[in-house]
Amino acid sequence: MKKPIDALVKVGDLPLGLCGAPGSTVAFKTGDWRSVRPVLDKEKCIYCGFCYYYCPDGVYQDMAPEKYYKADLDYCKGCGICAHECPKKAITMTLEEV
Amino acid sequence: MASQDASGITIMSMLEIRFHGRGGQGAVTSAELMAQTAIGMGKYAQAFPSFGPERRGAPVTAFLRISDSPIRIREKVYEPNVVVVLDPTVMNVTKVDQGLKPDGLLLINTHQSEEQIRNRYGFTQKISTIDAVKIALEELKVPITNTVMLGAFSKVLGQATLKDVEEPFTHRFGGALAVKNLAAFKRAYEETKGVA
Amino acid sequence: MAKRIGIEVSLAVAEAVKLADTDVIAAYPITPQTHIVEHLSELVADGSLDAAYIPVESEHSAMSSCLGSSAAGARTFTATSSQGLALMNEMIYIAPVLRTPIVLAIANRALSAPINIWNDHSDIMSVRDAGWICLFAENGQESLDLTLISFRVAEDPKVSLPVSLNLDGFTLSHFIEPIEIPDKETVDKFLPPFVPCFKLDIKAPMSLGLLGGPEYYTESRKATDDALLASKTVIKKAFAEFNDVFGRQYNVVESYQAKDAETIVLAMGSISETAMTAVDELRAQGKKVGIVRLRLWRPLPIEEIVEAVGHAKNLAVIDRHLVLGAPYGPVGLEMMSVFYSASQKPNISNFVLGLGGRDVTRDDFKYIFDRAAAQQGQTRYEIVGVLE
Repeated sequence: MKKPIDALVKVGDLPLGLCGAPGSTVAFKTGDWRSVRPVLDKEKCIYCGFCYYYCPDGVYQDMAPEKYYKADLDYCKGCGICAHECPKKAITMTLEEV
Repeated sequence: MASQDASGITIMSMLEIRFHGRGGQGAVTSAELMAQTAIGMGKYAQAFPSFGPERRGAPVTAFLRISDSPIRIREKVYEPNVVVVLDPTVMNVTKVDQGLKPDGLLLINTHQSEEQIRNRYGFTQKISTIDAVKIALEELKVPITNTVMLGAFSKVLGQATLKDVEEPFTHRFGGALAVKNLAAFKRAYEETKGVA
Repeated sequence: MAKRIGIEVSLAVAEAVKLADTDVIAAYPITPQTHIVEHLSELVADGSLDAAYIPVESEHSAMSSCLGSSAAGARTFTATSSQGLALMNEMIYIAPVLRTPIVLAIANRALSAPINIWNDHSDIMSVRDAGWICLFAENGQESLDLTLISFRVAEDPKVSLPVSLNLDGFTLSHFIEPIEIPDKETVDKFLPPFVPCFKLDIKAPMSLGLLGGPEYYTESRKATDDALLASKTVIKKAFAEFNDVFGRQYNVVESYQAKDAETIVLAMGSISETAMTAVDELRAQGKKVGIVRLRLWRPLPIEEIVEAVGHAKNLAVIDRHLVLGAPYGPVGLEMMSVFYSASQKPNISNFVLGLGGRDVTRDDFKYIFDRAAAQQGQTRYEIVGVLE
């Protein structure tokens, strides 16, 4: 098969300095990359914030005044670092249903 | 300063000067001040050091060109019309008359006579001497001879007067130090003898 | 009123940066650039230049700071030499594509090893492909004038590219010579305030320095090349307008006694003054010789070069940089390629000299004029005066 045209923008159409609108990652929802999701057992949670601090994508939100953190599943890629770091083993990585 | 060569093209002649001293004595400053003086008088001039790491006490060389027309040469001065020696001890380690034109001039800071210098170093060109250390010690209280040598230089070569150096000296030294250096220049200008 | 004074060229460049109302200077001192940034730090410290002087910890940081300040809309200047430019290298390549109009003065100095603080062009040649406009100054007046012109060209909205102003280390930077310092009002007539095409602004956020994957990279580089090539028109216009205001005409390519010359030496930088005097002396002997000097090296002014030297019988191209492992120096190689497909072309030879501060004299040029006329079909550069 012949290689299709793989350039996305014409030379003359690129913005000066290649600057772009900020915040494009907000629109880029990576939640569908996930094969497992973190499920929190609130009974075990001590509200230490390890999940919040360790999450590489920053998807955890502080739910204060309620005492727990919640993963935003629009962006969570299911890496499992939160579950691994949780000192109380309160997070379980659970298979996504297909 | 103009002359005509065989082809009939007018070549403006240029005065080329080499300064010899030791790091910290002001050989570079001498060349710079003289260039600034000449430029202030409406002439063309350039001054530059023999580039390298600067070390106090090491033999240093500086170059100066003065001309009535624009100078379009940036090579070092190899065949000077004048050699200025700010420190007599440099003559023991450097061949200061190297490349000096046969009709050139050595202007030397020394308490010795022209004859003594000529006999000791075998210079064949004209020599003019001045005891610049004595004047510097009396006027500046330090043995830095650059402005004294410029006074002698200006007198012997008719390049500048006290009035011409006032602005460059004031700009370089400022206030009280400029006054002292102008006095040193003036004494050297007045006391410098003819050329032997 | 403009004032003609005897001043060191480095200080004159710093005075030009002051006259340009520069906003930010981020620099690290290195011989022989030192006097430029020392004087600028004095001017900022004593309040005569209202600018931010950032004394960074390295040249890499200097150029990084310049990228940031230029992108934030500040008129930005830095200066370096040799190893400093090498340490800047990573950031040097970024400025053109981000279209940040930084002005960089390079007091050209040899690259190590061996360690050498003296003048040649190996530093700028190592970044010649980065996308900067490269200008070469011949003397002190031109160093000052080109500093002002560099800001004007860099910040022109049609250009918006960084400019490197090359002045030979020591041979220019440390010379005291007569230079006319223009007055502020006249400079203001020529150089308007910087109006950035875009700027980093917390009130209107944007992203700069984005990823450009395989689907963008080629087009991004080409867009920068297009801008660089198109800058030549703006540069020529700026030269003309500079002449209107200051009465000093500059051209991208300068010729001296070249029109009827059989042998032409092509050079860049301050050695061409010495070369002109050599030409005067040879012309007095009836020899038909001339000089062509590139003031503009990037973008390479091909049409102007062909017009200036195309008629000559012999063209001797000077390089101040030895390209190890290659047949010719960078300037030599490009002149060969400029004339490769021409039906009528000069006999081109390439001479390398003045490396690491070795003095370049009138006699060197007289030798080159003789050699160039005698040398046919040279297949490799010749190093003038090498002892082997």
